[in-house]
Amino acid sequence: MAEPLLRAERLSKRFGALAAVADVSLDLVTGECHAVIGPNGAGKSTLLALLAGEIMPDSGSVVFDGDDVTRARPSRRALAGLGRTFQITQLCREFSARRNVMLAVQSRVGTPFHFLRRADSLATLAARADAALVTAGLAERAQVPAGLLSHGEQRQLELAVAMAMRPRALLLDEPTAGLGPAETAEMAARLAALKGRVAMLLVEHDMDTVFRLADRITVLAEGRVIASGAPEMIRADTAVREAYLGEVVDA
Amino acid sequence: MDSLLLLEQTLNGLTLGVMLFLMAAGLTLIFGVMDVINLAHGSLYMLGAFAGATVTARTGSFALGVLAGVAASALIALLLELTLIRRLYARDHLDQVLVTYAVILIANESVKIVWGPQPIFLGTPEALAGSVEIIPGVPYPAYRLAIIGAGILAAAFLWWLIARTRLGMLIRAGTTHRAIVQALGVNIQVLFALVFAIGGALAGLAGMMAGPLLAVQVGMGEQILILTFVVVVVGGLGSVRGAMAGALLVGLVDTLSRAVLPTVLRGMMEPSAADQVAANLGAVAVYLLMALILAIRPQGLFPRHA
Amino acid sequence: MREPAPWHVRRGWIAARLGLVALLVAPFVLTALDRGYLLPVMTRMLAYGLAAAALDFVLGYGGLVSFGHGAFLGTGAYVTGVLLHHAGQRTPVLRWPVEIGGSADALVAFPAAAITAGALAFLIGAVSLRTRGVHFIMITLAFAQMVYFLVLAIPEYGGTDGLMLPARNNLLDLPLDGDQPIYWLALALLVGFLLVARRVMEARFGLALRGARQNERRMLALGYPVYRIRLLAFTISGAAAGVAGAVLANQAAFVSPDLLSWQRSGELIMMVILGGQGTLFGPVLGAFALLLLEEELSAVTEHWMLVLGPILLLCVLFFRRGLWGQVSGAPAHG
Repeated sequence: MAEPLLRAERLSKRFGALAAVADVSLDLVTGECHAVIGPNGAGKSTLLALLAGEIMPDSGSVVFDGDDVTRARPSRRALAGLGRTFQITQLCREFSARRNVMLAVQSRVGTPFHFLRRADSLATLAARADAALVTAGLAERAQVPAGLLSHGEQRQLELAVAMAMRPRALLLDEPTAGLGPAETAEMAARLAALKGRVAMLLVEHDMDTVFRLADRITVLAEGRVIASGAPEMIRADTAVREAYLGEVVDA
Repeated sequence: MDSLLLLEQTLNGLTLGVMLFLMAAGLTLIFGVMDVINLAHGSLYMLGAFAGATVTARTGSFALGVLAGVAASALIALLLELTLIRRLYARDHLDQVLVTYAVILIANESVKIVWGPQPIFLGTPEALAGSVEIIPGVPYPAYRLAIIGAGILAAAFLWWLIARTRLGMLIRAGTTHRAIVQALGVNIQVLFALVFAIGGALAGLAGMMAGPLLAVQVGMGEQILILTFVVVVVGGLGSVRGAMAGALLVGLVDTLSRAVLPTVLRGMMEPSAADQVAANLGAVAVYLLMALILAIRPQGLFPRHA
Repeated sequence: MREPAPWHVRRGWIAARLGLVALLVAPFVLTALDRGYLLPVMTRMLAYGLAAAALDFVLGYGGLVSFGHGAFLGTGAYVTGVLLHHAGQRTPVLRWPVEIGGSADALVAFPAAAITAGALAFLIGAVSLRTRGVHFIMITLAFAQMVYFLVLAIPEYGGTDGLMLPARNNLLDLPLDGDQPIYWLALALLVGFLLVARRVMEARFGLALRGARQNERRMLALGYPVYRIRLLAFTISGAAAGVAGAVLANQAAFVSPDLLSWQRSGELIMMVILGGQGTLFGPVLGAFALLLLEEELSAVTEHWMLVLGPILLLCVLFFRRGLWGQVSGAPAHG
């Protein structure tokens, strides 16, 4: 296998007495979709925050694209090509959908330290923003402030924003959170279309989405990795079925 | 500086630290429980001093004055909470700053109308007018010792209130798990009003204690308010323990730097100029302390969610 | 493709242009009406308008509630005053490490005011911006107070009495004497700042600053250096406030330590909120309104604060859009 794009080595993070993430190692190879599943409180969101650099691990390391970024700030990792969506949508709510995407398109082109030229005056970048909105199905809603979009539209915009910065790896924190069945299917289709273009580390509760997209699955429980491997293997793993999947299958 | 002077100035620093602690404890509780920044906390301090000084002058009893000052500040705080602060819980900090800033303007002007623009006099109570020999041959004003003693009592009372009573349990829960407190069916409005009144009472006590040492005058509230901000920033906002540590640190640094600088500067320039320079440069020390601590620990010495 | 300007933006531009016309004809109208003595008052309003707009640059657009902008205003005034003071005395400002002489030249004084106030804002911002929310408010207030004491500690500059200036600055060898020259200078500086600041807010820097106010987490996840963006904005804002101070020093031929006080910082925030934050024009309007109100109220009663306080209170509680929102029909925050 090729050198992984993103690799976490024995990451640990405690909050007081709680070991939120304990000794977790995993990697993400260029182009693959690697899903991380586990019951609530298993440490999935903490793991993503550690990988994105929003919190610092107590021990362990994070390597992105060959560089040790364990202590690097979130903005530096982002500039290196590590994108991210959030479980709770994080958008600039007063800006239009288009402006949100524009901010993402521009983030890795040049610097933000331009003072007098209008931000949307560069045609190539504006075109990229408009294309991203079309892909997200938001072309009609481009001028609407993000805060006024429906929840489903905001989730689509969240993904469009993360993709517009052209990341090489994307951390997805429950992209279908709060979506109805139809919207969930739509989001899964959108993610499927991205497969191969960007490496995805997918944290997700919806098992249909996970098994539809994932090339590999890692299962967390109480902060630890209890299983990792191909989807068929995980489906068959009795420990996983007991710890987690059983409930879903029964339901 | 010789060691006796150092001892005296250290005790002076503790006196200031005690008053700052009373102010900072209230401010930090109000912030911790209600997430409100109250600029008018200094006004409560001032109003306590004015009310207490007036009652002391009328009755001749300092003790009654203290009671009146504490009661007046607690009552005004309660009124403030019921009429204004209550509307601000859902608002952002900027709105809280503006409204409580407006309260400062109103309070200062009202005091000017009622008591006039001149400072009013509040003497040291007779029983504490003399001095005590802290070590043989070294007299120290009894009143200042009494302040330190009262401060220790107030701190002990606060500790008991927060650690040992049901109200304290709710206050502690309120600072960390607000939603849970609300879910418990506690009447959160009553809790908030009570916390605000307690903060007011502490400010009034501080104001009344400061009365005989500093002038009772318009503007006294803002002087101590800004120092109190330094205290809570240094100690960590929302933590009573931080307020204690910060208050003592700021009190000591402020007093000692003001005491040491004149002697240092007199060697370098003429005495009258040296005193002016030293008085103002001495005041700068605590802000440098704040900058230093912020550079190392942006959340203060005792961050709330540590 | 630009986003089309909504109606309230166009209405805002119309109002801004009408305001500019009014300010351009004001000196002539006042002279014709024999009310020329009001011109210095208007110069003060322009200077405070500039300071309030400078504060809005970080407060309205960056969400950074600075309670210490009085320090930058006062620093600009003192730099101008100190240069004039030493030029009058023919003594150097600084002997060591390099000798710097006094200067009466506006082309020296105004840039010096901007650079010094900007440098101070950079230092204060570098520490304060490591914190958020309430901490930021308290820390900027505390640092401003430190500057206040530092200035008072220099006996040569008058302490609490303030510093009387021997003359005003010269601009291109012409003294800024009389009421009109300083008025025109103040107006030019204000208009210049507003035009540039408006542009900056539509440029990449401004959008990044505004984006970080709305959602810092998102902006960090997109790779924006939020801290550096805010620090630069804070520095620019401090420098502009310093220029406003330089105007005030010239207008009054006097520098008061009052300019550095926390009350002044509070008034600047009031101007921004009264006028409407995040609009740049609004805070200018707010400055005019507040100073006018003070002027009128203090003529009626010495206890005018007792009227101003409740007005401010009611404005914050019930009048959220600010004056500019009324004029342009737009909500605060564009």
